[in-house]
Amino acid sequence: MLRYIGWRVLLMIPTLFVISIVSFAVIQLPPGDFLTSYVAGISARGETIDEAEIQALRNAYGLGQPMYVQYFKWMSGVLRGDFGQSFTWRVSVSALIWDRVWLTILVSFVTLMFTWIVAFPIGVYSAVRQYSLLDYVFTFIGFIGVAVPSFLLALILMVFAYAQFNMSVGGLFSPQFQDAPWSWAKVVDLMQHIWIPVIVLGLNGTASLIRIMRANLLDELNKPYVVTARAKGQSEFKLLLRYPVRAALNPFVSTLGWTLPQLVSGSTIVAVVLSLPLTGPMMLQALVSQDMYLAGSFILILSALTVVGTLISDILLAWLDPRIRLDKIG
Amino acid sequence: MTQILSDDAVGSQVEKRRPIEKEAQVFVASQWQLMWWRFTSHKVAMFSGVVVILIYMVALFAEFLAPYEPDAVNSRLLYAPPQTLYLFDSMQGGKFGLHVYGFKSTVDPKAGRRIFTVDLTQKIEIGLFVKGHEYKLFGLIPMDVHLIGPKDPDQMMYLLGADRLGRDMLSRMIYGTRISMSIGLLGVVISLVLGVLLGGISGFYGGLVDNLIQRIIEFLRSIPTIPLWMGLAAALPMNWPPERIYFGITIIISLIGWTGLARVVRGRFLAMREEEFVMAAELDGASELRIIMRYMVPSFLSHIIASTTLAIPAMILAETSLSFLGLGLRPPVVSWGTLLQDAQSVRAVLQAPWQLWPAAAVILSVLALNFLGDGLRDAADPYSR
Repeated sequence: MLRYIGWRVLLMIPTLFVISIVSFAVIQLPPGDFLTSYVAGISARGETIDEAEIQALRNAYGLGQPMYVQYFKWMSGVLRGDFGQSFTWRVSVSALIWDRVWLTILVSFVTLMFTWIVAFPIGVYSAVRQYSLLDYVFTFIGFIGVAVPSFLLALILMVFAYAQFNMSVGGLFSPQFQDAPWSWAKVVDLMQHIWIPVIVLGLNGTASLIRIMRANLLDELNKPYVVTARAKGQSEFKLLLRYPVRAALNPFVSTLGWTLPQLVSGSTIVAVVLSLPLTGPMMLQALVSQDMYLAGSFILILSALTVVGTLISDILLAWLDPRIRLDKIG
Repeated sequence: MTQILSDDAVGSQVEKRRPIEKEAQVFVASQWQLMWWRFTSHKVAMFSGVVVILIYMVALFAEFLAPYEPDAVNSRLLYAPPQTLYLFDSMQGGKFGLHVYGFKSTVDPKAGRRIFTVDLTQKIEIGLFVKGHEYKLFGLIPMDVHLIGPKDPDQMMYLLGADRLGRDMLSRMIYGTRISMSIGLLGVVISLVLGVLLGGISGFYGGLVDNLIQRIIEFLRSIPTIPLWMGLAAALPMNWPPERIYFGITIIISLIGWTGLARVVRGRFLAMREEEFVMAAELDGASELRIIMRYMVPSFLSHIIASTTLAIPAMILAETSLSFLGLGLRPPVVSWGTLLQDAQSVRAVLQAPWQLWPAAAVILSVLALNFLGDGLRDAADPYSR
């Protein structure tokens, strides 16, 4: 097991390296050097900027020097927790992003749990009662869930809630808690708001998980060992949970690896529609105003966290299923 | 198919003449014939296939189908609600004749905007194959006939309502079909080339190359796509002409989307390499290229077609999402995503709910393509089961 974990962590290093290069490339993509446009923006507002300050910034980011020097300077800053400067907010990036990153992790995690808790029993039911009325209902909902992009679902839900209940469903906090420090009341308030983004984000994943669970279990249910157990007079419920469900659970767990990137990806755009204080809206704003250190940091952190999340899920899976940890190394 | 070969099937040959004939057909049928039979038995997929063809027809004949040009504005009818199309005129004793009614507009001083009420005295006659603005079909044939429209070209017909500039939603949606569906198609072609090339190399040569390509695929699959797409799309210069933005967006979407296709190709190659017929060809001294093109590709072509169909909806959704956020195609271009940009806030949707119609088009095409792809995938392997 330890060998497997070590091997997986080692594999992660090149991935993280590539992520950092891609994020750096995104920062560098807009034409021109950002400092020039920063200075131009400041002079356009009629303010003046000290020549020494420009020079200091130029040195700090290695502008005018070769790409790899700039990359190295940026990367060594990142490793020390300094992600660069946000030029629209005029503060350091790390002062802006962490609140939003933590909330994104929280929402993604809760959504993941929701997806599992809902998809598991429905998947089992749909397989055991194949072609029943409810099975068809769930199948239908599943197809809708796959075809409706989550941002549209968010929009429709918002309009519906507003038109029917005169309720505003955007945001994660009530106005009085928006900037308040964390307290028990704020947590309760968060819990009251979080379910809408969770449902919106979770529907897509839930739909595909139900399909996967149903297909897996249907495969298992036709195997001879199930017939044997039934012939031995085991009760149907016990029989179901003891063998086929356990066998069907494995591919189910392994889907974690790709649901996580999807969730983070979906949350970016849903957060914009529902105006949630997650990474999405700020990243969009940063991209539109070409505040590239801020935008690049979001890409870097979100991707890195997703990779770490996938690692954790892989380790969990290996812990559940010994075949995996032996297979992958050997 | 193995069941059919069993002894009692042969024994009952005399009594059941017809089914046996059909079975005999199965034995001599070509692979594509078997696939077609398998596919036609999947009714939902068949129906979806027809829907997909219809949607592409709409894209092809957009100028003919749309009553107006997508950017024809009408300043008197901003946010005009959808009109009901009547078949019979109740005032003239139910005489047949397509028509809609015009609007009376009053300004609501409180809300500060126009309110439209249907004006029953103002009958606008609608005809099929009417003359309207001139256009060139396929960019070649000059024409001015439109499938449906008011008989008097100066009058307006809004079957799906008007947007904030009084432009016809229906016409805009029809033109949007062209951009949205073609981006899916073009994106899939680019992904296919990348996927088949890299997946093929990966599966055929194996070893170090395979390892490297697999790591790249794993990397691309493990990072959240939308943030990366956003970052890349935002880097497209603002002053690019619309066509270049269009290609830029397509390339960005397919740069990340090829991984799924590459996986299918690689898996097929790996499985195929072990097959006897490939070894036989090798022993026969066939060149590598000939083995691939003559023996391997035909046997997994059907899988590629199915996977390609399943990849299109993701492309369509990607374009819609990016354009909706304002990072994809930009407004003079009409796509479903740019149309939905107008429906971004609750207020905009409540004021003019018909602005959500493009969403219905997105959902319909994604559903249809998904079902079609599912059906094709099931049919792709006619020898299984």
